[in-house]
Amino acid sequence: MTRFLLPALVFAALIVFFVVGLERDPSYVPSPLIGKPAPDFELPTLADPDATFGLDDLRGQVSLLNVWATWCVGCRQEHALLVELSDSGEVPIYGLDWKDDREAALAWLEELGNPYVTTAFDETGRVAIDWGVYGAPETFLLDADATVLFKHVGPLTQQIWDEEFQPRLQAARGREQ
Amino acid sequence: MTRGMTWPCFPATWFGRLSMAFALLLICVDAYAIDSERAFEEPALQARYEHLTTQIRCLVCQNNSIADSSAALAADLRREIRDMLAAGREDSEIIEFLTTRYGDYVLYRPPWTPRTWLLWLAPLLLLAAGIWVAVRIVVARSRLPIEDEPPRTRSG
Repeated sequence: MTRFLLPALVFAALIVFFVVGLERDPSYVPSPLIGKPAPDFELPTLADPDATFGLDDLRGQVSLLNVWATWCVGCRQEHALLVELSDSGEVPIYGLDWKDDREAALAWLEELGNPYVTTAFDETGRVAIDWGVYGAPETFLLDADATVLFKHVGPLTQQIWDEEFQPRLQAARGREQ
Repeated sequence: MTRGMTWPCFPATWFGRLSMAFALLLICVDAYAIDSERAFEEPALQARYEHLTTQIRCLVCQNNSIADSSAALAADLRREIRDMLAAGREDSEIIEFLTTRYGDYVLYRPPWTPRTWLLWLAPLLLLAAGIWVAVRIVVARSRLPIEDEPPRTRSG
C-alpha cells in the first residue's frame, strides 16, 4: 500500500507547491515598510523649485503617496483613475515625481490633469530609495501619523482600489475617531 | 504635446530597415557599458564594492545583480553603495541600509530566519530522504533469496 501512497502524496505536495507558485507574482517584492513610520524626506516641489515638501506635510490625515514619472507607461495608464479619485475628494493624493524631467512632468500634468495636492520632485531618486521604490507606479497608503499602511506596485485599477485600498482607508479613518 | 503617442514610424524601405536595425544594435551595445570607470582607486575598497554589488539583487531585472544590471535603479543603488563605502561605512551597515528599504529580497544569500529554515534545510532534507529510500531498497533486495535469481545461461 505505502508503495503507491507515498509517491502519490509526494506528487500531491508538488502539485500544491506548483499551483501556489503559479498564483504568485514573481516580480512582487514585499515591502518591509508596511506598518512602520514612513521615511522622512524633504524635497523641492515640482511646481516651484524653491518651495519644499516633506513628510510633515503628509501628517494629520490619511493620504496617498503616488510615485510616478513621465517615462513610466503604467503611470499614464492609471492617471485617469487618480484624477477621478482626486475629484471625488475621497482621499488627498500626493505625488513623488521620480527621476524625471521637470518640464516634461509639468507638461504631463497640464495635459492629463493634476490629481496631486502637491508633487515632490525627486530628481536623483535618493528619496525613492529610502521608500524602497523599485518600479513606478507605486502607491503608498499612509495614516494620519504617516505610518505606511499599504503599498501597491503597478498601475492602480478600480478593482485594486476597491479591494485593497478602500477597506484599509476606512479602517484607518475608523481608528482615528 | 502630441496626444496619443505613436512609435517612430520608419519608412518600409531598405534604408529605413537598415537604420532601424543599426539603432537596435546601438541599444544592445549600450547594455554592456555598465560603469566603464572603476568606482575606487584603492584596490581594497574596489574589491569590497565589487563583492557587495554582486551580492545585491537588482529589483528591476531580478535575475541580475546590481553589478550586472543596466537598470536606472541599479545605477542609483551602486551610487549609494559607492557613497557609503567612501564615507567609511562597514559592509554590514550597507547591507542593513538596503534590507531596511527593500527587504531580505535584495540579498542573493537569504539570512537564517524562521521563514528561511525550510529553504536552507531543503537540500539536507532531500538528501536524507534520498538516502532513506536507497537504504530501504538495498535492504529489501538483500533479503531476497538468492535462489530466486534466474539461472544464467551462457549460450553462445
